[in-house]
Amino acid sequence: MGESGVPDFSSWSCPLPLRDYPTIVMAHGGGGKLGNELVEHLFLPAFRNPELENLGDAAVLELGSGSNPARFAMSTDSFVVQPLFFPGGSIGALAVNGTVNDLAVSGANPQFLSASFILEEGFPLAQLAAVVSAMADAAKTAGVRIVTGDTKVVERGHGDGCYINTAGVGVLRPGISVSPLHAMPGDVVIVSGTIGDHGMAIMSVREGLEFESQIRSDCAALNGMIAAVLDAVGEAVHAMRDPTRGGLASTLNEIAAASNVGIAIDETVVPVRPEVQSACELLGLDPVYVANEGKAVFFVAPEFADRVLSILKAHPLGRDAALIGQVTTKHPRMLVARTAMGANRVIPTQIGEQLPRIC
Amino acid sequence: MKYLTEFRNGEIAQRMAREIALITTRRWKIMEVCGGQTHSIIKNGIDQMLPAAVEMVHGPGCPVCVTPLELIDKALAIAAQPRVIFCSFGDMLRVPGTEGDLFQVKGRGGDVRVVYSPLDAVDLAVKNPDKQVVFFGVGFETTAPANAMSVHVAKRRGLKNFSLLVSHVLVPPAIEAIMSAPGNQVQAFLAAGHVCSVMGYWEYPPLADKFGIPIVVTGFEPLDLLDGIRRAVLQLERGEHRVENAYERIVTYAGNLEAQKMLAEVFEVRDRAWRGIGVIPNSGWRLSAAYRAFDAEERFQIAGIRTVESPLCHAGDVLRGALKPAECPAFAKQCTPRHPLGATMVSSEGACAAYFNYGRFLSAEELANAGAVHG
Repeated sequence: MGESGVPDFSSWSCPLPLRDYPTIVMAHGGGGKLGNELVEHLFLPAFRNPELENLGDAAVLELGSGSNPARFAMSTDSFVVQPLFFPGGSIGALAVNGTVNDLAVSGANPQFLSASFILEEGFPLAQLAAVVSAMADAAKTAGVRIVTGDTKVVERGHGDGCYINTAGVGVLRPGISVSPLHAMPGDVVIVSGTIGDHGMAIMSVREGLEFESQIRSDCAALNGMIAAVLDAVGEAVHAMRDPTRGGLASTLNEIAAASNVGIAIDETVVPVRPEVQSACELLGLDPVYVANEGKAVFFVAPEFADRVLSILKAHPLGRDAALIGQVTTKHPRMLVARTAMGANRVIPTQIGEQLPRIC
Repeated sequence: MKYLTEFRNGEIAQRMAREIALITTRRWKIMEVCGGQTHSIIKNGIDQMLPAAVEMVHGPGCPVCVTPLELIDKALAIAAQPRVIFCSFGDMLRVPGTEGDLFQVKGRGGDVRVVYSPLDAVDLAVKNPDKQVVFFGVGFETTAPANAMSVHVAKRRGLKNFSLLVSHVLVPPAIEAIMSAPGNQVQAFLAAGHVCSVMGYWEYPPLADKFGIPIVVTGFEPLDLLDGIRRAVLQLERGEHRVENAYERIVTYAGNLEAQKMLAEVFEVRDRAWRGIGVIPNSGWRLSAAYRAFDAEERFQIAGIRTVESPLCHAGDVLRGALKPAECPAFAKQCTPRHPLGATMVSSEGACAAYFNYGRFLSAEELANAGAVHG
């Protein structure tokens, strides 16, 4: 920061990419490259510390002193989804499950959440009650307690009805070391179910795009399913992540980059619901980039692949789990998919949100 | 998915590729005109399946890519005005003008909206009588009927606050221009299936005769494309030059007559500048005299636009099929989807973006040897 408190462009580590977009554009929040650049060139240099530098879904914290400090995970997320209620979920359920899942994929047992509301003047109380009730239900299902919160109101026209921020903490499981940095060559890649459900559910109810068949969001708390895997074969799981914004492709690219490995997947075995695939075809979107809110990706030592798959398939949230690929030393930091035609294609990180094509 | 899955069968595709290899005795260059086909060829790796002697040349059929820079700049200027709602299909938002793109206009407070149909923009005009609603009408013959319909509806409803920024281009004059260009090497064309679903293919026999080239109306799925290529090679090997329809489940000879009637009423043919290529005679549409009042260029007299193209960008050569994207010195170096120097790197249908997005910065050998999947 400069002396006036205004960011000093020249003091950033590499400000050049940010100068291309001197104002915030929607793609900065799209889970793609522009958002990553904000983190890399603005937030990280400004806040730099060892906990932040891991850039996990949750920060790993050690509290207390001595030889055996308690280890926690902490995470936060904000929710601005429109519409507030959609097939299969709501902003309230998302706000709880999103933070619960970020903690769970870090190897923690989520326990306590905060909830902050930014409400727009004129927002109907009945709708707020429905949102809060959905949060309470989600918290109960996930087994977490909402223990602190805040409410702010902004003038009419300055918000979109209701924004929610949640933060959460959980105790890290002992003896487990999952991290986006730990994917190893030979690891198999397992996804816990069909991809793209949430993103297409939201799209299907947006103005001007109503589909005949209702696609439901997969919004769910994953801590129970993940605990089942970690309880049984915790040491075999090297990395986990929930592929939310930016979808499966962004998650796999992030882990490939963080672990400095290549990832090869077989496009034909990635589970996608027919109605999601159809909606994607219609809009010219690729389901690998579409958001999920109730899926996890596991990087598992190959000898445990069958075990993890059977545990997932036995869980209600993991019935459609599939082994979709493997970590390789070839093409480091790159995600390569084998197509149905038997050819290979690279799946890169998107710049921002996918844009529906003209024709 | 019916009508899609059965045209994506990997085994049949391999068989068709082998058949193409069997009938090929010489080197052939075949151009697919449509950007959607380029996208599908690269995404599915169709070009990797073909014998080395059959080379696919990517044509100028990405509407986003060939929209002149001047018109993008006009769009930016209009979208930045107060009391304007500027509507567009998603692709156009990231196309760089001389200064910035529509995303940035939106970030600075411009009311820029992605719509899925031009009729949604007409609805916006009805709901916002105090605002001027402009739709960026970009595309080939495929998108033109819906755009024509939007103006038709706006006129019928007496809307004074709806207008169309028109950048419509036509396929047959582009084929004529490519074949007439000095040094042209293209020997056959895959005609764009969805363009022909609207226009039919009655426009193509004179071109096939004039230039002695096979033209095959082709779809977009892997088996469609392989069938189109197979038929083109077969004609080339036999020394024939006919128009064939390999997309019969969608395309008829006459096309969609209702749509053509609407187009003839709303639009008139004019010369058009194609970004990276130049002016092609009679290659585009503008609103006809009866609908001229809905022309955004007339309504918003934007003057003083000075366009500057990147000197490093070879998009023109790429669009003419003279250069493969990966052969451009700037490809994947100065020019990436994050820092596009030209529109061919922006649009998902642009040849450069297709090459980048599907990993064609790796060598063919590296790509073929990419990691084996376990299990």
